[in-house]
Amino acid sequence: MQLTIQYYRNFITIIAATFILAACATTPPETSSSGSSASSSSSTVSLVQDGVYVGDETIEMLAVDVPDRVFFAYDSYTLTSAAQSTLSKQAKWLKANPSVTISVEGHADERGTREYNLALGDRRANAAKDYLMSQGISSNRVTTISYGKERPVKSGSNDTAWAQNRRSVTVRTN
Amino acid sequence: MIKKTIQKIFFIYLVIITNASALIEIDITEGNREPLPIAVTNFFYAEDAIKDIDQISIDVSKVISADLERSGLFKSIDQEAFIQKTASMHIRPRHEDWRLINAQALVTGELEVDNDKLRVEFRLWDTFAEKEIEALVLITTIDNWRRISHMIADKIYERLTGEEGYFDTRILYVSENGPKNNRIKKLAIMDQDSFNHRYLTSGKELVLTPRFNPVKQEITYLSYFKNLPRVYLLDIQTGIQEVVGDFPGMTFAPRFSPDGEKIIMSLARDGNSDIYVMDIKSRVVERLTDSPAIDTSPSYSPDGKKITFNSDRGGSQQIYVMDNKGRNQTRISRGTGNYATPVWSPRGDLIAFTKNFQGRYFIGVMRTDGTGERLLTENWYQEAPSWSSNGRVLIFYRETKADDTGKGHSSSLWSIDLTGFNERKIETPEDASDPSWSRLIQ
Repeated sequence: MQLTIQYYRNFITIIAATFILAACATTPPETSSSGSSASSSSSTVSLVQDGVYVGDETIEMLAVDVPDRVFFAYDSYTLTSAAQSTLSKQAKWLKANPSVTISVEGHADERGTREYNLALGDRRANAAKDYLMSQGISSNRVTTISYGKERPVKSGSNDTAWAQNRRSVTVRTN
Repeated sequence: MIKKTIQKIFFIYLVIITNASALIEIDITEGNREPLPIAVTNFFYAEDAIKDIDQISIDVSKVISADLERSGLFKSIDQEAFIQKTASMHIRPRHEDWRLINAQALVTGELEVDNDKLRVEFRLWDTFAEKEIEALVLITTIDNWRRISHMIADKIYERLTGEEGYFDTRILYVSENGPKNNRIKKLAIMDQDSFNHRYLTSGKELVLTPRFNPVKQEITYLSYFKNLPRVYLLDIQTGIQEVVGDFPGMTFAPRFSPDGEKIIMSLARDGNSDIYVMDIKSRVVERLTDSPAIDTSPSYSPDGKKITFNSDRGGSQQIYVMDNKGRNQTRISRGTGNYATPVWSPRGDLIAFTKNFQGRYFIGVMRTDGTGERLLTENWYQEAPSWSSNGRVLIFYRETKADDTGKGHSSSLWSIDLTGFNERKIETPEDASDPSWSRLIQ
């Protein structure tokens, strides 16, 4: 028993050392936009900045110039300024189309326990919903649903795929 | 179906001769010890019994051997090496013959068929003390020989380790197939040795995190039925399922109280998840936590007095303990990293958990005050430990890393001893996750 403890202590020390020395890129959260996130992307420019996806590969349009989704940093539900800008466009579109009702889906990446990620997806969906409400959209037009890590848009196990999966997606329900 | 099976069993415990003196013993608190060599013979039977009796005889012995070997505490000796082969061994084994092939323990048995009933008699011998140390007669229907074999294996384990066995148990889990971005998930149940596998749901709805009721043939789980994620109850005898309570948001992470009368779970409302408990019969709901953080993955202590849960109220995911009214919420996890999915041991002394440290995932245990943390296994991704009924083994699921196109991903069930040894993959027909291990079947 004592041996086991000792073994893992050593093991953790070794892992820690590896990370310090090699600055290995697999550990979320990404703390800087430099290099690391691009390791698995085909592009030479990182599409993940401060842990948030900044590309447009998976984005679909609700209407012209109204993107359907926003992205989040690892274990975060804070709306970036880009996310706020997207949600403002959605709000404007919803105001122009008062009969439209929507569902906001919250999603997480695969790095985290299933139950925690369900709660995290709920946080993200509600962060987006709250922003829409702050822009004057009535709460009875907006439902939310969390899929946790159950419905990734990208199947890869890499920083870019994970960043694309950390999202809230606005879907028309009528 | 299960109810029928249970009704078909008639337990008759006849202890024939039991010598009280402790002889061979295995200390299972010590990891990495040499497994005890045991000889499990094919049970004898009268030639004219029934058509398949010869096969049942071989299979009973196989199931017992496999159960004991899987525990990591026993090594079953190859039957080819056996010297004594006559039926007389069941009455009077030649202990020197068994010692010669290094069998420290010997299992002999006899099968008898009376109408449609199978009578199974077994004896456990200490070959060095030259004594019978356990004997038992079980009577059942013929098609129930597999359960009887598990019960015999439990009896042997119990006699030689001093701990309750865990072989007459089932595993409930989520069966998975399809690409990662469109995974089909079904509830499935099987015996602890992967036999008698069957599906409980069709795969039409996304289902997650099933858990056994510790006292009834009932399970609770999360279903996305009609795209409304809610906690459900399913009676596995009748197949009747119902939504649990009437909550204004997603309910998830359900678990039964130790008496099986309550369900404890999280409710997500307006972006905040707190822990609630509902009495199944009266439907009375009690809110136990009220923090702006994520509070989830609750699990009762075996006496029902305390609850451990996961919260990120301190800025990162940690393990907390509170009493069953939600009072005295205290953080117990102290190491570096994130902690999740705390599960109280059925013995009451430990809490198993998932830990994420430097991007690696660990299954570990700690005392209920957070001291004595011990990490048992480390991997790219694994989580969701569930205890064996005797609190000696943990089952969990592990995922492999996908490449950039999603290839290479898989999910499977594993078990590991509390000692950190004897890690084993558990066979399932498809990919698997979210295991829940039953108590001993009543």
